[in-house]
Amino acid sequence: MENARAYRFSSRNEAETGRLAGALAQHADPGSVLALDGDLGAGKTTFSQSFARALGVRAVVNSPTFTIIKEYEGSELPFYHMDVYRLSQEEADELGLDEYFYGSGVTVVEWASLIPDLLPAERLTIYIETGADGERQFCLTPSGERYERWCIGLRENGVLA
Amino acid sequence: MENEQGLRKQPVYLLAIETSCDETSVAVIEDGTVIRSNVVSSQIETHKRFGGVVPEVASRKHVETMTRIIEEAVEQAGVQLTDLSAIAVTQGPGLVGALLIGVVAAKALAMTLGLPLIGVHHIAGHIYANKLVQPLDYPLLALVVSGGHTEIVSVEREGSFRILGQTRDDAVGEAYDKVARALGLPYPGGPHIDRLAREAEEAIPLPRAWLEPESYDFSFSGLKSAVLAALNQARMKGRELDPGAVARGFQESVVEVLVEKAVRAARATGAKQLLLAGGVAANRGLRDALAERCAAEGVPLLVPPLSLCTDNAAMIGAAGYLKYRNGEYETLSMTASPTLSLEAWSLADSAGRTDGDAESERA
Repeated sequence: MENARAYRFSSRNEAETGRLAGALAQHADPGSVLALDGDLGAGKTTFSQSFARALGVRAVVNSPTFTIIKEYEGSELPFYHMDVYRLSQEEADELGLDEYFYGSGVTVVEWASLIPDLLPAERLTIYIETGADGERQFCLTPSGERYERWCIGLRENGVLA
Repeated sequence: MENEQGLRKQPVYLLAIETSCDETSVAVIEDGTVIRSNVVSSQIETHKRFGGVVPEVASRKHVETMTRIIEEAVEQAGVQLTDLSAIAVTQGPGLVGALLIGVVAAKALAMTLGLPLIGVHHIAGHIYANKLVQPLDYPLLALVVSGGHTEIVSVEREGSFRILGQTRDDAVGEAYDKVARALGLPYPGGPHIDRLAREAEEAIPLPRAWLEPESYDFSFSGLKSAVLAALNQARMKGRELDPGAVARGFQESVVEVLVEKAVRAARATGAKQLLLAGGVAANRGLRDALAERCAAEGVPLLVPPLSLCTDNAAMIGAAGYLKYRNGEYETLSMTASPTLSLEAWSLADSAGRTDGDAESERA
């Protein structure tokens, strides 16, 4: 895969993370896939919660670590929240994740780098890094034209650097 | 008890199946309260090497072991398949691939034996595991704590569930496992942290997530992050924190919030019993603290034995019996429902339930 350019976003708190999540959610359409990574406690679930809220999910979105996949109803699109922390790639392979990735909803995959071969070639990769004082650096790497457009749009709106 | 009119009633045998996540389990339950058998194929050994429970492995295991475990459960119960009255199975919530195996096995049995099929909510099972130990007294309050769940449930009368609070991020068992992993402890991490915490003389200070003053919800993600931050800060200064002090600080924070909210909810709902359910009920620190507070409040605390706290099919039989008696059966078109709502699963005639669908939002 070509080495796409990366976009940056820094967040000092949950409200600012919400701003990024909200801006991304506006672009979401069926089959959108966001691949999230970052250390334990980096804020992957917090981002996913903001993103779900922005999609109009009203139910409580809590960690999917135990059940791997949780499904929610957004106002227009279903939201699929995955966490492959407990899986190896071989094991994830048999879960039929493609049904979700290429389905009618929007998918966020936490710990996505654990299953590189199973992710769709086109996706938005988001890496979250924790800085001092709880500040978060989001590094967004689009793969594919669709996500390039998202990122360019967000940069033009001043969300991404 | 129920045969006072001199009728010699045939016992009702339910065969129950549980495969919602990591365990394949089959049980035979007599009259909703007597465990004739409860076979659990624990897969902990397989999971150790991954530092976590691996459901895909579990999913395949469910298929491999299902038939054998059904046979074993029936044999241990000393009954014939033809003695059974109904088949109960965990319908949800859980991992869809794992749930499916149990549902398909249950349907096959129900169809070939011509028996009613009962879909059971996994959390209702955890709560009604207590009924296998002693009679329940309503209204009661249940604190459900496991790897995938952290919920405070009010049970106003038999089979009527209302969720008062739940985790907004990590489940309590999950928080234990992740902190244990950060401390380099083996899987499953809960028992190790519990032991270290009780042996430790000091505790590092960690925050408590009380959320809004009236809230019965929980949040353990911030606590997990605080533990990781403390470990990292010490490392950057070239020190290592005493794992015992970390474990104790973590456990004190978790237990204090769980106990406080559960007791407050019990008081608010006038609960006559407080039930502890789910795998984390094995935690000694939690049990001791809860027992102490319940004694002070004058509310009896019920904690089932460990074998009924972790996922098992006997509890599914106990909860399924409620629906059996109510004649609430599923058709063979029943599907596994990974997001099944507990409130919507309440018995059809139970009070306080006006519209299950409206409540299913909190699934």
